[in-house]
Amino acid sequence: MLAYIINRIFWFIPTLLVITILTFLILQATPGTGVLSTGAQVVNQSVVERLEQEYGLDQPLYKQFGQYVWNVAHGDFGTSFIYRPQSVNDIIARSFPISLKLGIYATVLAVVVGIGLGVLSAVHQNGPLDYFSVFLAVIFYSLPNFVMGFILILTFVVYLPRIGIDMNFNVGGLENWKDWILPTIALAATPLATIARFTRASMIEVLQSDYVRVARAKGLRESRVITRHVLKNALVPIVTLIGPIFAAVATGSFFVEAVFNIPGMGRYYVESFVAKDQPMILAVTLIYAVMLAAMNVVVDVVYGFIDPRIRY
Amino acid sequence: MKGDADVGQERTQEVSPGLAATPAMGNVTIDSREKASAGPTPLSRLADGPVPRPRSLWTDAWRRLSKNRLAVAGLVVVVVFIVAATLAPLLAPYTQSEVVDVRLARKGPSWLWPFGLDQNGRDIWSRVLYGARVSLLVGVVSQIIVLAIGVPIGAVAGYFSGTVDNLLMRFVDVFYAVPQLLLVMIFLNLFGPGLLNIFLGIGLVSWVTIARLVRGQFLSLREAEYVNAARISGAGSRYIMFRHLLPNSLTPIIVAVTFGIPTAIFTEAALSFVGVGINPPQASWGQMVGVGTDTGLVQASPHILLFPVAAIALTMLGFTFLGDGLRDALDVRSKE
Repeated sequence: MLAYIINRIFWFIPTLLVITILTFLILQATPGTGVLSTGAQVVNQSVVERLEQEYGLDQPLYKQFGQYVWNVAHGDFGTSFIYRPQSVNDIIARSFPISLKLGIYATVLAVVVGIGLGVLSAVHQNGPLDYFSVFLAVIFYSLPNFVMGFILILTFVVYLPRIGIDMNFNVGGLENWKDWILPTIALAATPLATIARFTRASMIEVLQSDYVRVARAKGLRESRVITRHVLKNALVPIVTLIGPIFAAVATGSFFVEAVFNIPGMGRYYVESFVAKDQPMILAVTLIYAVMLAAMNVVVDVVYGFIDPRIRY
Repeated sequence: MKGDADVGQERTQEVSPGLAATPAMGNVTIDSREKASAGPTPLSRLADGPVPRPRSLWTDAWRRLSKNRLAVAGLVVVVVFIVAATLAPLLAPYTQSEVVDVRLARKGPSWLWPFGLDQNGRDIWSRVLYGARVSLLVGVVSQIIVLAIGVPIGAVAGYFSGTVDNLLMRFVDVFYAVPQLLLVMIFLNLFGPGLLNIFLGIGLVSWVTIARLVRGQFLSLREAEYVNAARISGAGSRYIMFRHLLPNSLTPIIVAVTFGIPTAIFTEAALSFVGVGINPPQASWGQMVGVGTDTGLVQASPHILLFPVAAIALTMLGFTFLGDGLRDALDVRSKE
């Protein structure tokens, strides 16, 4: 097991190197990349040259790349083009915890409510509760988080207060705990629906198995059958969803953060893309890639623990 | 790879009895197959007696679909969307960039302008209609590109296996590691915004899904008895692929396209919302949403945001409901 984990982590290095090279090359090929896109309209040629020198953009490509990898290996992501005096490290140190917190809230919400809805559906299969949760899941599943975010804003921030139901939701700022609620829901919606659908299907399958019939036959209470026999086995495949959920939450956060005006890493990512802020794009891409890769390893390892049939 | 092959085998067994009897699409009756296998019905009666009106796969599918209320609702939404998009110039009282009256900018919905006016005093109803055109175009054209690239590659990979297949699967692994929306953003960053680049970006990024699907289908179907029979009768690879494998892979492809269209529409909306999609003043739902969220506009004139958001949400729901319904309806194995 340990050897397997070490082997997987070792493979991070070539993967990340490939991603860095690709991003680097794409950014090089992009017209307008560089300090000129800082937004300053009239830039003196000598200023441009000085800036380019400062960022090392006058060096040949392989030197730039070597220097970049060297710096990153030493924990230095460089200086942002658009937020100029600030280093990329500072921006990320400030914005990453916000995105992480939002991501964790959303994941917890998605897992808890998603499994809850799925179980409820399966236990009351083809009943009104089942139809309700399946319908809810389909709606959540079909609406991308960015549309979901706007629907939440329009409902809870704009229109409900107008008809007298004001729950004091605000947009733009995370001053108190209430400000986290709407973004969390928007971000959690799609993974929540995915989990609910999978849980339902998996539960229904297990409910028809022989060992559940035996458990009932020997006189166990239904609640015990569900919790100890059905749930325990039905949730095993749900673990494989952690990877996709993480990807959904990570990419979803770009738009949710933009919609709710949250100063997280996702919003900086989108902004740096629009402004072609090379050091920012590279840094955030790398961070996401590391997290995605790490998440995949975690899923595989966890799966090995809970499913005794799997051996590495 | 071994795992994949196993799955293929397993699926063959499961799929072939249902599909084997429908060698080509359309005109073959499923009815006769059921009767023939049912036993008691004498085969001779099927041959020359009064045969009940034959039902094709499509008639069957339609019957199943029309019983599914959500799917019908989805179909209605999709039809309305397509009609609105194609007839936009006839239905819209103004053109997409025409300013009704600057002094009336941000005016809320009224009898004259049912959806109100936007921040520049343009009619939102007209702009939503023209936005539907962009969305429909993006959805359809990107899916055509997806099909044009994905189907041949998936077909070759699935049918011949070997190197092409290995290459494709490795490529898919790498591709799936990066969120697709990001890839489209990178593409647009490279080639600049605009409708054509959006088509290309979405098409070039999302063909992988279809390729994988077609590969899986071909991989399992090529082991079917009727393909073997065709091969023994001397049919060439190309004939088998086009006459046997492709028609029988058609239904999952149709379902995938039904889900691909809303994804493409959403991608365009998200890109335009961020500002790397459609160039203004061309109307796009995403870009209208972006404007609607500008500081102060959300609280003061929420209608600027409301209508494009509602349009996107309805379209997405419509296509997903229809797709879900189609998937169930086109499943040959499902009984009525």
